[in-house]
Amino acid sequence: MTDETVISAQSLDLTFQTNDGPIHALKDVNLNITKGDFISFIGPSGCGKTTFLRVMADLDQPTDGTITINGVSPKAARESRAYGYVFQSAGLYPWRTIGKNIRLPLEIMGISKSEQKERVEKVLKLVELEDFEKKFPWQLSGGMQQRASIARALAFDADILLMDEPFGALDEIVRDYLNEQLLKLWHSTKKTICFVTHSIPEAVYLSTKIVVMSPRPGRIIDIIESDLPDKRPLEIRDTKEFIDIAQRVREGLRAGHSYE
Amino acid sequence: MNNAFLPVLTISTFIVLIWYSFSIVLNSSWALDKAERNDQKLSFSELVHDTWSQKKPKLPTPHQVGYEMWKTIFDKKVTSKRSLVYHGWITLSATLAGFMLGTLLGILLALAIVHDKATNLSVMPWIITSQTIPILALAPMIIVVLSSIGFTGLLPKAVISMYLSFFPIVVGMVKGLRSPDLLEIDQMKTWSASQFQILIKLRLPKSIPFLFTSLKLGMAASLVGAIVGELPSGAIAGLGARMLSGSYYGQTIQIWSALFTAAILAASLVGLISIIQAFVFKRMMIVR
Repeated sequence: MTDETVISAQSLDLTFQTNDGPIHALKDVNLNITKGDFISFIGPSGCGKTTFLRVMADLDQPTDGTITINGVSPKAARESRAYGYVFQSAGLYPWRTIGKNIRLPLEIMGISKSEQKERVEKVLKLVELEDFEKKFPWQLSGGMQQRASIARALAFDADILLMDEPFGALDEIVRDYLNEQLLKLWHSTKKTICFVTHSIPEAVYLSTKIVVMSPRPGRIIDIIESDLPDKRPLEIRDTKEFIDIAQRVREGLRAGHSYE
Repeated sequence: MNNAFLPVLTISTFIVLIWYSFSIVLNSSWALDKAERNDQKLSFSELVHDTWSQKKPKLPTPHQVGYEMWKTIFDKKVTSKRSLVYHGWITLSATLAGFMLGTLLGILLALAIVHDKATNLSVMPWIITSQTIPILALAPMIIVVLSSIGFTGLLPKAVISMYLSFFPIVVGMVKGLRSPDLLEIDQMKTWSASQFQILIKLRLPKSIPFLFTSLKLGMAASLVGAIVGELPSGAIAGLGARMLSGSYYGQTIQIWSALFTAAILAASLVGLISIIQAFVFKRMMIVR
């Protein structure tokens, strides 16, 4: 069960044609993601981490190579609602309440009213926003809005959660809290999570596997299996094991000339 | 709001003062000619009194226009051919019909333009060209063509009114329907939403603020269109007809009254849209 591969990419290439010539967003990317993994993609801007996530989501199409999600193409996976996608900004509609925002994908998917109600209650509980169903987005803080956006991605019960720097715009204290919450959520839902981030501590704290990427062309430099325990209080970031993994991530980034 | 009271009052007083002064300047030659013919010498106060009370002044004073409007709006029976309420209603009905047709046409065109690249490329240039033709040149032809196939009265005026009002609606709605950003469209795509669902759930709600701005512009344009439509047809009813007959017979007071009635009508209609807008914005949590 735990060894089941859900996402598999083989020699994936993606080249964007621009007026300034081609940009190699992804070059020869090979990666297998196992069910229940928490994978972080880290690297500087332009390393292709977001592009790779967008390829999984069928928002961008690779120019070469193959990728399968649950054994099918990204397009088929998208149509069968295999994943929930969380963007950097919450993207809540100001004219809808939090509850109605979470209902939005459910309405689009044609899920019955009674089930919509049930699911909204369930996911609001998961992100601890039970009392905010009737509130409008502007009445919530940035961190709460992002939690609502995660709830919306969870609402249709996809097994895979794709997250593109979801906490990138939040301050560090809120970020710590949301990282803890996300880990809790991951433990309770057993979803496969792909998480794009700029932050080394965030990547190390959250992940079972860290994919270090580098730009020009966008490629994978290193894949680090984390041996941190499942239970991770915030204080784990001061232990030697944590610092060692962070050090390895930094070395990977340096080897990919990311600091130049 | 209260802070604005004094400046508004100051400006209004200033405008009225200028208006009265110009009435003296512009109407004085006629007053002086008349006095000369009668071998009279006018003192300044007599001159002012004369220029402010002529029957056919070049520039009637505000109180003359106001009195004429009072007479023709409140004192005449509304069915009377000399009632401004009667004429105003004729113009208003054509305005509203043209406004509704223009809004409908504008929204439909915007939907087609946003969803179909070929329509965007082929129709948009014509829409812009259509507004470069002076409506005064086009209006008689629309009336002639429509009357030759049996349409007279309200419809030709409504069509001219529509011709002017659909443009701001198209432009505003195209901008509004395209206002969702890339992230919002991508988000819809991750849920495999259809074009129709994207339209209903995202594009239309997002275009509402643009729509109201367009509706206000369109309403004002509709009224202009309806009045212009009354000018070349030799219409006997409507504010445009009132202005035209006033100019035939040198009844400047009548022209100015019709003009002010039209302005008040336009302001009320636009004000009504603003009230609806405030209500809708509040419901939709749109902060201006």
